Amino acid sequence: MAVASIQVSETPLVLYTLRRADDALILGHRLSEWCGHAPMLEEDMALANMGLDLLGQARELYSYAAKVEGKGNDEDKFAYLRDVRQYRNLLLLEQPNGDFAHTMVRQFFYAAFADLYWRAMMKSSDAMLAAIAAKSEKESAYHLRHSSEWILRLGDGTEESHARAQTAIDDLWAFTGEMFQVDDGERALIDAGIAVDPATLHSQWLKTVLSIVSEATLVLPKSDWMQQGGRSGRHSEHLGHLLSELQSMQRTFPGVTW
Amino acid sequence: MATPNTPLWEVFIRSRNGLAHKHVGSLHASDATLALQAARDIYTRRGEGLSIWVVPSSAITASDPAEKGMMFEPAESKIYRHPTFYDVPDEVGHM
Repeated sequence: MAVASIQVSETPLVLYTLRRADDALILGHRLSEWCGHAPMLEEDMALANMGLDLLGQARELYSYAAKVEGKGNDEDKFAYLRDVRQYRNLLLLEQPNGDFAHTMVRQFFYAAFADLYWRAMMKSSDAMLAAIAAKSEKESAYHLRHSSEWILRLGDGTEESHARAQTAIDDLWAFTGEMFQVDDGERALIDAGIAVDPATLHSQWLKTVLSIVSEATLVLPKSDWMQQGGRSGRHSEHLGHLLSELQSMQRTFPGVTW
Repeated sequence: MATPNTPLWEVFIRSRNGLAHKHVGSLHASDATLALQAARDIYTRRGEGLSIWVVPSSAITASDPAEKGMMFEPAESKIYRHPTFYDVPDEVGHM
């Protein structure tokens, strides 16, 4: 790679904002990978639309992180010039698209969480975060609706769609616990009324997930062992491949524009 | 890619300033709920609409193009049906 990665001064608020921004960028990028490959044209558009929603969220969050950090970084540098270990997204969101069921289950698990999360963040004492949350909540509400409808149809559809949906749930379940974990820095922001305490959202999230999954005649795994690491930069092997594609232009031709 | 067993739906949108729902196009979806979602994603991406209707294309009964003459030509010679022979007062406004 031709361009070195940037240094980021990860104060608690910068780190907190980057984590949400990385979530949105990485999931948005994953959805964009479906463009031209979705099972039908209608779904191709829907997935790209949701990807663009997430990209918009990422841009606002990166810009805010850059402002808070005040070290001359910007949204593009955060997106294009950080290495794998500097990314702070949830492991769930970097998991490959797999089949359509995997993509929808991943979307469903996250949207059910994100919708609650943004709604809670609208009450943040940080006005900028509250404003970003207010805009994002309407988007995540639709992502939840869209993915829920698909979970119902895949689970309660054909034998094959049911089997694929159940496999996707079994494969991705262990990545859901990370959504509800916080570290000390984030805990301080929660106490200050800036950040959202995800633990307070867990029961509602589980209720939403359980009701859709049960109605879809699917089941949640019994195991409560949860994988973690993304929030502190320890990622699965998939993220490096994703970033090599996402970053290749800026790494090869620094500062290139359309 | 082929989309077997997915019925066709006609989409109608009422725009921000529009008075009635207008036909905007069609799409494939397995049921009404998904058709409504797909219509939202395909036809309102640029803020076009405030309300969407989806109707199964199979529910539409259409006139036969071969009967065009019988159906529509008799109306063409009856210009007196157009309200152009009297002045509409300005106060009436939009008609």
